[in-house]
Amino acid sequence: MKLDVAHKVVGSTSSKSQAWMATLFMMSLGFALLVPLHAALAAPAERGWLDILAQWAPLIFKGFCLNVAMSLVAVVLGTLAGGALGIGQCAQTVWVKRISWLVTEFFRNSPTLVLLFFCMYLLPFQVQIGPFEVPFPAWAKAILGLSLSKTAYVSEIVRGAFASIPSTQWEAAETLAFSRWQTIRMIILPQCLKRMLPPWMNAYAIMIMATPLASVLGVNEGLTFTRAAITAVGRPDMLTPFYLYLLALFFIYAYPISAWTIRLERRYAVRS
Amino acid sequence: MSQETPPIVRITDIHKSFGAAEVLKGVSMEVPRGQTVCIIGPSGSGKSTLLRCVNALVTVDKGSITVDGEDVTASKLDKLALRRKVGMVFQQYNLFPHRTALQNVMMAPVHVLKQDRASTEAHARELLRKVRLEGKETAYPGELSGGQQQRVAIARSLAMSPRVMLFDEVTAALDPETVKEVLVTIRELAEEGITCLIVTHEMGFAREVAQKVYFTDHGRILEAAPPDEFFASPRHERTREFLNQIL
Repeated sequence: MKLDVAHKVVGSTSSKSQAWMATLFMMSLGFALLVPLHAALAAPAERGWLDILAQWAPLIFKGFCLNVAMSLVAVVLGTLAGGALGIGQCAQTVWVKRISWLVTEFFRNSPTLVLLFFCMYLLPFQVQIGPFEVPFPAWAKAILGLSLSKTAYVSEIVRGAFASIPSTQWEAAETLAFSRWQTIRMIILPQCLKRMLPPWMNAYAIMIMATPLASVLGVNEGLTFTRAAITAVGRPDMLTPFYLYLLALFFIYAYPISAWTIRLERRYAVRS
Repeated sequence: MSQETPPIVRITDIHKSFGAAEVLKGVSMEVPRGQTVCIIGPSGSGKSTLLRCVNALVTVDKGSITVDGEDVTASKLDKLALRRKVGMVFQQYNLFPHRTALQNVMMAPVHVLKQDRASTEAHARELLRKVRLEGKETAYPGELSGGQQQRVAIARSLAMSPRVMLFDEVTAALDPETVKEVLVTIRELAEEGITCLIVTHEMGFAREVAQKVYFTDHGRILEAAPPDEFFASPRHERTREFLNQIL
């Protein structure tokens, strides 16, 4: 969540703070690389904080990879469902429109953590598909919970982008006998894609930040492993390096995304 | 006017209100097949709404419209069938900005009429040549002038081989220099015998191209006459006023 704030600061201020962020990014990268470098080079004579961190870093990194993987699957699910809901919000049929709106608003105004608990306790541990009992593990539930928020965001992004296309485009298409679905697919959506990309990426950056919430479901992701490592080592002075390491991983992953988003936003802002 | 063939567009006593505002208060008119009819009148007199009723972009409250035998006001109207017969060109061109000129012209025939792509492309290129845009096939709308965009819009509409063309103040948004190139294009269509229903503020053009001119004011048709008669000796006081202001 910390990085959201950082992102907003960059977005609203000068290139000076951008340089700052870039420095911070390089420092994070340096720190993250220092750990394996140290493990490879240093002699294991005395166990300093770097030695301990180097010992546990692979585990934390492995957990972090699950964060990334969960976010990637959730973004695909959320984009598909959100795209459908967003188009539903622009439907002509009143009940489709209302239901899409209701679902969107419900998930948009629900805290992700609550949605995660919701998924954890209300979904079964396994599903019966024909003769097979398919397990429904915690990480799958976490993905589902995360994608619900993303669904609502994407739905709003699509609705907003559709609304930004002048109604005369719909009219021109109607006059040429395009069906409504053809109009959406060939005329409206292609014009929206550019406008939707920056907010979509922004929503993704927010979601990757939300993935550590899955630790409350007992998913073995980055934060869970970090805490496990701290407990195992049992040294209070190790709290800072461990958490900094995890934060650095997130920063390295997410900062380029948000920086790119801002560049895209600027570019499209100038054009339109 | 000659009444030998039945009119291709027949509008009978149509009414239309938007909220409390009654925009059309019982309008009747006919467009004979192959002829050009111009509608003129002050802004807000219901001209554009009248035109939009003809291809069912606006549904009428009362009255009836038939286009080439199709009842536009029927509750079970086949809108797609109607719109294949009726082409429309707008004031703001409304081209699809993400597609080139050629693609704009080809899209509807390929995707709506499911025509063969190769023959559609040949036809589209011919249409662009006809509206004097040879060489602009790969240009995007944003790269074309207003007049050029409007001619692409005309070609796009013609690509559907409509029976009737509706023009809604198509030169109102253009620079004075480019107005002419669009009007020349429309005149050529009219001379080819395509039925045209034109809402315009270009009096000289209306006089030259129309077989009949209708004057609308406050949702009613006040006067209808062949252009020579209409411009030389308008019968209605309001028409005279309007023409004096404009000419």
